[in-house]
Amino acid sequence: MPKRKKRPARQWRRARPMNVIQDTVQPYNVLRENLARRDRSLREKVVTLEEAASFVNDGTTVGIGGSTMSRTPMALIWQLIRARKKKLSCSRCIISTDGDLLLASGVSDHIVSSWFAQGILWGLSKVMRHHIEGGHARYDEWSHMAIGMRFRAGAMGVPFMPMRSMLGSDVAKRRPETKEIDCPFTAEKLLLVPALNPDVALIHVQRCDAYGNAQIDGLQFMDIDLAMAANRVIMTTERIVSNDQIRRAPDQTKIPFFCVDAVVEVPFGSAPHECYGVYEPMLDHLEAYVKQVNSDPVGGMQKYLDDYVYGPKDWNGFLSKIGLDELVAASRRGRSIYDD
Amino acid sequence: MTKPHKYTASELLAILAARQLKDGQVVFAGVGVPLLAATLAQRLHCPGLTILFEGGVIGAFVEPGQLPPSTNDQRCTKRANMVLGSAEVLLLLQRGYVDVGFMGGAQIDQYGNLNSSFIGDPDHPKTRLPGTGGGNDISSLTNMIVAMKHEKRRFVEKVDFITSPGFIRGNNTRAESGLPQGGMFRVVTELAIFSFDDVTKRMKVLALNPGVTREEVQDNTGFDLVFNGQTSVTEPPTERELSTLRMLDPDRLFTA
Repeated sequence: MPKRKKRPARQWRRARPMNVIQDTVQPYNVLRENLARRDRSLREKVVTLEEAASFVNDGTTVGIGGSTMSRTPMALIWQLIRARKKKLSCSRCIISTDGDLLLASGVSDHIVSSWFAQGILWGLSKVMRHHIEGGHARYDEWSHMAIGMRFRAGAMGVPFMPMRSMLGSDVAKRRPETKEIDCPFTAEKLLLVPALNPDVALIHVQRCDAYGNAQIDGLQFMDIDLAMAANRVIMTTERIVSNDQIRRAPDQTKIPFFCVDAVVEVPFGSAPHECYGVYEPMLDHLEAYVKQVNSDPVGGMQKYLDDYVYGPKDWNGFLSKIGLDELVAASRRGRSIYDD
Repeated sequence: MTKPHKYTASELLAILAARQLKDGQVVFAGVGVPLLAATLAQRLHCPGLTILFEGGVIGAFVEPGQLPPSTNDQRCTKRANMVLGSAEVLLLLQRGYVDVGFMGGAQIDQYGNLNSSFIGDPDHPKTRLPGTGGGNDISSLTNMIVAMKHEKRRFVEKVDFITSPGFIRGNNTRAESGLPQGGMFRVVTELAIFSFDDVTKRMKVLALNPGVTREEVQDNTGFDLVFNGQTSVTEPPTERELSTLRMLDPDRLFTA
């Protein structure tokens, strides 16, 4: 296979900005022009976490991969907070403690999701409640399938998808972006949900090569549609493997290199959430976090950000604060998925 | 016969909910008591039960003591038949492959509408709840069994917000809203088992749990319940049901 020289990382040319956040469908020609302007050649894209975060511009729309506590691109979110990003509109099928961090740090003031709490084990997120009930941020609620259909429409290059849930509910009534129609073939009621094409997608995977060919083990959630829909993709990965290794198991490749604009190798890049087959969630850390922030959603959260996000020298410094014992225990449980 | 108070309310809930499932069904289960109850049914009278999770799992077979903290964790996939995308597994509901949806609930009304979004005025909520997740999709597209705690503040005449539709405002309003399929089938609480009137679609009492009176159920409910003639009495949990349940959830993750 051909070898390509690594080109120096440079600031991406900015895609034509959208005039309204996330609620507007991008015209097809704009979508195509934005894609045509990307450098989709076979080239190495490996950058640092800091460089990758610098590609995310304030005020843009960000799609977050994984779901709930699984394959969350946590290291990159962590770096966006350290880089003091502002006014990002973030969409994720189900959002958990990453949503707390995005709101409390001021990185995001708009969440698009189907479910937002820290995890079913801990009830309601007081951090989410503080920001949403206090009117400091918006949380637009869609059904889980609707988020999937929005990413899928975005991935398909069509402006909407029809679906049969959300009809009759107040979830649809609170979403003026939806349209109820009578099907032109059957006259049945259908709900149309608009395409979601985030400016940038953040996705964490088990392994990918330097070009961005990404292999996902286990649950893939909505990451393939998200990658295809987005105008840029930043891929963080537990490890970078050779292109030869990717080619030995091409059926495992879920996202092709030409969707991917940057690759960052970050071991434990989803911590304290899980990465399938590598580590399970670090529940001791998460439980302590939930206790601290739910007892004081402002002060407790600020202290967490100071201690665990702004404080550490680098991502390994953050992992050190979680502690070796918990990392080892989580890894042991994570790998046990492959045991009989 | 098991003596009273040998089990907790949530254990009773999980066991009674499990009994509602039939062998051979395809059931879409939410996290918590539904996941536990579906797994319990699989170990008892439904060895051929196929469990789906919205994280993207078909044919889950959750291991004892290894209950997943959500339906999106790797533990959900252990010994499953298939993993697939979240949108793909939800689309199986829309296509019609799922016999039963199985969920918990924060607030329910007389027509079986569920609220997991807002307490109070949605524009200025007293409490912003987590939201629907897959709940709206499941309840819109298949027959529902809901397992939830029975409290007056949870059983209200009209929910503050319809997150997951039951029969909307009764009669044919569900179908007229664009939901011609599915609907509420059973509600299971620690006090009683409920179904819905064929015509009015109002909640009615099907069976009372051991030691529970009609008055007790009505007193804990914020609307007038329908009692149609004879209500039966639920069989108490058996030793086998309790021991299997405790084997599955030894840490009392979902049955505290």
